[in-house]
Amino acid sequence: MTFAQIKRRATAEWEALHNNGKPRIYVGTATCGRSSGALKVLERIRAELQKRKIAAEIIEVGCIGCCYLEPLLDITKPGRPRISYSLVTPDIAAQLVEDYIVNDNPRPDLALGTIGEGSIDNIPSLNELPVFKPQVRIALRNCGYVDPGNINHYIARGGYSGLARALEMSPEQVIDEVEKSGLRGRGGAGFPTAAKWRTCREAPGDEKYLICNADEGDPGAFMNRSLLESDPHAVLEGMLIGAHAIGANHGYIYIRAEYPLALARLRNALKQMEDYGLLGEKILGSKLNFSIEIEEGAGAFVCGEETAMIRSIEGKRGMPYPRPPFPATSGLWGKPTNINNVESWGSVSAIMERGGEWFASFGTEKSKGTKTFALAGKVEHTGLIEVPMGITLRQIVFDIGGGIPDGKDFKAVQTGGPSGGCLPASLLDLPVDYERLTQAGSMMGSGGMIVADSDTCMVDLARYFLSFTQAESCGECVLCREGTMQMLEILTDITQGKGKPGDIDLLVELGEAIKKGSLCALGGSAPNPVLTTIKYFREEYEAHINQKRCPARVCKELISYHILPEKCEGCLICLRECPTKAIIGDKRMIHVIDQDKCDKCGVCLEVCPAKFSAVVKVSGEPPKTPKEPIPVGSWPKG
Amino acid sequence: MSKKVKGVIARFSRERSNLIPILQKVQAVAGYLSPEAITEISRFLDITENDIYSVASFYAQFRFTRPGEHSVKVCLGTACHVRGGELILDSLERELNIKTGQVTGDYKFGLERVACVGCCALAPVVVIDQQDVFGKMTQTRVKEMLAQYKKGRGRKAK
Repeated sequence: MTFAQIKRRATAEWEALHNNGKPRIYVGTATCGRSSGALKVLERIRAELQKRKIAAEIIEVGCIGCCYLEPLLDITKPGRPRISYSLVTPDIAAQLVEDYIVNDNPRPDLALGTIGEGSIDNIPSLNELPVFKPQVRIALRNCGYVDPGNINHYIARGGYSGLARALEMSPEQVIDEVEKSGLRGRGGAGFPTAAKWRTCREAPGDEKYLICNADEGDPGAFMNRSLLESDPHAVLEGMLIGAHAIGANHGYIYIRAEYPLALARLRNALKQMEDYGLLGEKILGSKLNFSIEIEEGAGAFVCGEETAMIRSIEGKRGMPYPRPPFPATSGLWGKPTNINNVESWGSVSAIMERGGEWFASFGTEKSKGTKTFALAGKVEHTGLIEVPMGITLRQIVFDIGGGIPDGKDFKAVQTGGPSGGCLPASLLDLPVDYERLTQAGSMMGSGGMIVADSDTCMVDLARYFLSFTQAESCGECVLCREGTMQMLEILTDITQGKGKPGDIDLLVELGEAIKKGSLCALGGSAPNPVLTTIKYFREEYEAHINQKRCPARVCKELISYHILPEKCEGCLICLRECPTKAIIGDKRMIHVIDQDKCDKCGVCLEVCPAKFSAVVKVSGEPPKTPKEPIPVGSWPKG
Repeated sequence: MSKKVKGVIARFSRERSNLIPILQKVQAVAGYLSPEAITEISRFLDITENDIYSVASFYAQFRFTRPGEHSVKVCLGTACHVRGGELILDSLERELNIKTGQVTGDYKFGLERVACVGCCALAPVVVIDQQDVFGKMTQTRVKEMLAQYKKGRGRKAK
């Protein structure tokens, strides 16, 4: 089949779906939707439609990125814009069928916003909401809009036309086009994609390989998973374009085994590509021959590093090896190999469809285009976002992210996962691009962005990241293997109140040495979370070391729980729930915590009724409490 | 060793690059990598057992002992960490009376920590048997969560 024929068929199917006079119901069934109960919503919708004998189209779509609003359900009636409903339960879904589909009441009270042309009274346009307005969706262009299980949806929305265009150009012209876009590696390192491709293209040898890096290992990052689950073809098309440009005929997708849904959707997408002649020999009648194989990662963070990944695909321990030679000249089985991240491939397909100049019109001078971020932690709107480079951290955290929950204060934003750093409030107006984040001591990374509030201990957070990289260090370089271990021990001591004067300087010295003495980016960036928290939150380290106090009241050894005698009503709830039986008291007797028995789990604080709020957590001077239970009301006031 | 495991191995070609996929399939069928399975793979690929252990022990996915009937995984990704995932893990250790990485004496539950399951909006998260996601966990809900699995064979069968 020629591409024109494929496109005609796909467009016909798409138009039939949109013009058949039936209402359409969209349910977001990516992992985040499923975790929140989207499949139960889907089941209920099906049952409800059947019961009422309503003919409607049900379309399973990916994720629009609003994890905090899942499950999401959208309804379109013929001739009207699509309406998005959030936090939908099976009961609300059934109610919407009755109210909107049957009785034509769009229920503005339950609606989030409208999508597409036209408006509906009392429902805002989705793209005008603060969470969407600053966003520009390029890599995520189809997420939430197409059925990821149906290649025709992707094609009807412009998919594979970038490939068709690329195949009419010479490989050099394709690389020039990517160069014009200014695209840099979205896995975090930011190396110019076109330069990488050119080196691999020019490397001698007939056998060349492509790898799509989907080993998304950063804790708190789910950009790649979301894209693969919601729009796998955007990534696969990018790989085909790369294959043509580089002259590769075999590709691998190295993906975490912990992403079962993304794996299933990729396998299905590959099958559909074969059916359309988009894989195999003479793709779309051109000279391009290309096959793609899926390689499941086995749970080693270091395999996200390209030389380690190559060894892992070869069936070995995933340990990095020295460069040069770079994979572009000698990679998989010694052949020239090009590795790009999921998001880079997803951007390449858009660049070839709409042009390098268009892509370069977004972003800053040196960082072009857009970047996806997984926004999580202490922020109202947790989710996946895509923003033009150059947007400020403040816009991301407060406009898109909706600020900090429970009226707490912003403390820091952590970018780049275990390789990145923590940036304080004074840097909130920093424009986000590769250079500026690096200058501030952090890095772009793959796109994890974790917000910390006043209840987050920066020493503990640094210790958390370091415990992760320490455990994941492959052991090859002495400074990374032993140095991260030493740093972790010092940090653990500090969080346990055993810190000594001089520890901070020692951490800095060790950190700088590890950065210099490690072969790969894991060791080269592992100290970043510690170094940036020392740089921007030194006073928290000093409080732990000098006053044995944790200002955020997180570090267990430095906090204690107490029951305020003037507030305790002797209700027995905390006494019963305490897992270590550390609370003594009786009915209508003021309860007392036996500090020797307490293991500081905080259950008492969790269960104490809000109207009493008698349990407090302190670090430093404890409040005055009776030594033994006394009758409620007998504690002297004031 | 079961015929099933032999059958799984036989479906691959005898190439070194198939080592990790073979280990993954064998574990999927048998639940873990037994010494017998390693011996069989070693014969099949003509790689020493030492070499296979060196690769298998490098990756977090592989287990060398029998797993529990229900796998309880506590997410300790960054979002879960800042929202108290560690406390949830502590209370599970207390409730099951085992340490992380261990299996209960009756092989009913195995407790593990994972780096990130990727549903950060629901933090802190516990995943049981790969598919049952318990979001916004609190310590007080731990007991009730486990109870669903203690009685029957998982909450689906209830």
